[in-house]
Amino acid sequence: MRRMFLLPLAAALASCSTSPSTGMGTAGDHRGESAADMQRITAVLKANMHERGQAKMSRIELDDAQRLCNQYADNPPAEQAKRMEEAQLKAIAFPSGSLIGDWKAGEKIAQSGRGMTWSDKPGTAGGSCYNCHQISPKEEAFGTIGPSLAGFGKVRGNRPEIQRYVYGKLYNAKAYNACSQMPRFGHSGTLTEQQIKDLTALLLDPASPVNQ
Amino acid sequence: MKPTAAAAALALALAFAPASAQRSPYADYQRMTAENAPIELYELSGEEAWKHKQGPKNASLEQCDLGQGPGVLKGAYAGLPRYFADADRVMDLETRLVYCMTTLQGRSREDATKRVFGNADKPSEIEVLSAYVAGESHGMPMRPGTSHTKEKAAYELGRELFYHRAGPWDFSCASCHGEPGKRIRMSELPALNTAKDAQPLMATWPAYRVSTSSFVTLQWRMNDCYRQMRMPEPAFGSDIPVALITYMTVNAQGVVYRGPAIKR
Repeated sequence: MRRMFLLPLAAALASCSTSPSTGMGTAGDHRGESAADMQRITAVLKANMHERGQAKMSRIELDDAQRLCNQYADNPPAEQAKRMEEAQLKAIAFPSGSLIGDWKAGEKIAQSGRGMTWSDKPGTAGGSCYNCHQISPKEEAFGTIGPSLAGFGKVRGNRPEIQRYVYGKLYNAKAYNACSQMPRFGHSGTLTEQQIKDLTALLLDPASPVNQ
Repeated sequence: MKPTAAAAALALALAFAPASAQRSPYADYQRMTAENAPIELYELSGEEAWKHKQGPKNASLEQCDLGQGPGVLKGAYAGLPRYFADADRVMDLETRLVYCMTTLQGRSREDATKRVFGNADKPSEIEVLSAYVAGESHGMPMRPGTSHTKEKAAYELGRELFYHRAGPWDFSCASCHGEPGKRIRMSELPALNTAKDAQPLMATWPAYRVSTSSFVTLQWRMNDCYRQMRMPEPAFGSDIPVALITYMTVNAQGVVYRGPAIKR
């Protein structure tokens, strides 16, 4: 009986130590990084990289959210994840009033894969949204790393709480899922307040093709 | 007004066309679509570069030891990356080529690496050499070094770098290449932490890239991934590309090398 109880427990523990998304435990064995590991890897990056264009060396430094996700292989304990999400949420600069911008401008931002690389001009960024998400039904060349956003506003409506959630998620995805794979577009200074409003409109405006 | 402007633009474009474009484009097209071309062209230039005497020692690279002994090319690429006692470090092909340029030819590291990545008009010396050396392993199973302590350490560092999230967009290599069956836009993403996906990929690099009409190497690819991860640029031949290439090649080990290949 005791053994029968322990086996599934051991299996559960083993699955916790590997990335939930890969779950392979072979070459893909992702065990997470201790604080010392993180320091050592950061030092390797610093010693073997150089700045180029807008990609300065300061980008190698980790913030609290990155440290937590690296430490736990993107699967932190619930309590720590919750604290991180609260801290990230607190740092979001929500504008007052309507958060719905211009969905047509939003579609252009969603299409653009430019921005923040060493070969991009500073200050000209898109959201690379279609790289990972299905969004407007008119665009068939969409990626599948993130969930489909087709019909996003149609099923959710666009009341203020939904607007606030979408704006917040775009601004800082880690405020809602501590180790989300999605970049923090506002927090990282990639997109402006207006651009995030325009993307919010793309998802929530009833006139947007997303909701047709 | 419009046709005139277009004609003027065309005349201007022709006037500034590089000398290479004055050859018959049709002949180039025929040659490039023939079997194994344009890879063969890069391999041929690579063979010339391999035998070309240069540097303060006026020597060729023909005595370069790529892991199978001085001057042995057959199967050398399929055995890389590996530990080299003379340099006391693990090296991939490109890093080893620079080592031979500095030791055999007496060139400075600066000189050997001043133009590592070329373009459609002019491939780099490293690129054509990579095409030539890799071609000499065509049809052979890939057996990178896995037994030396430093080979194990390189693999381990590669694995760590692969999963390490950093930069303004919080990306790691695994953000795109950590899970099978995903796409960016319409491009399928190989999960490079699996043998299943790493094997067909590693079996085909370095490669001719049709979209840019240029020959590209693994170190170029590592740099372009870091560019897209919004990170600073890894130094050529440094521990970063060597560790990542070791990680991916070991994950793919045993696969029969069938490159250099043609890629989108």
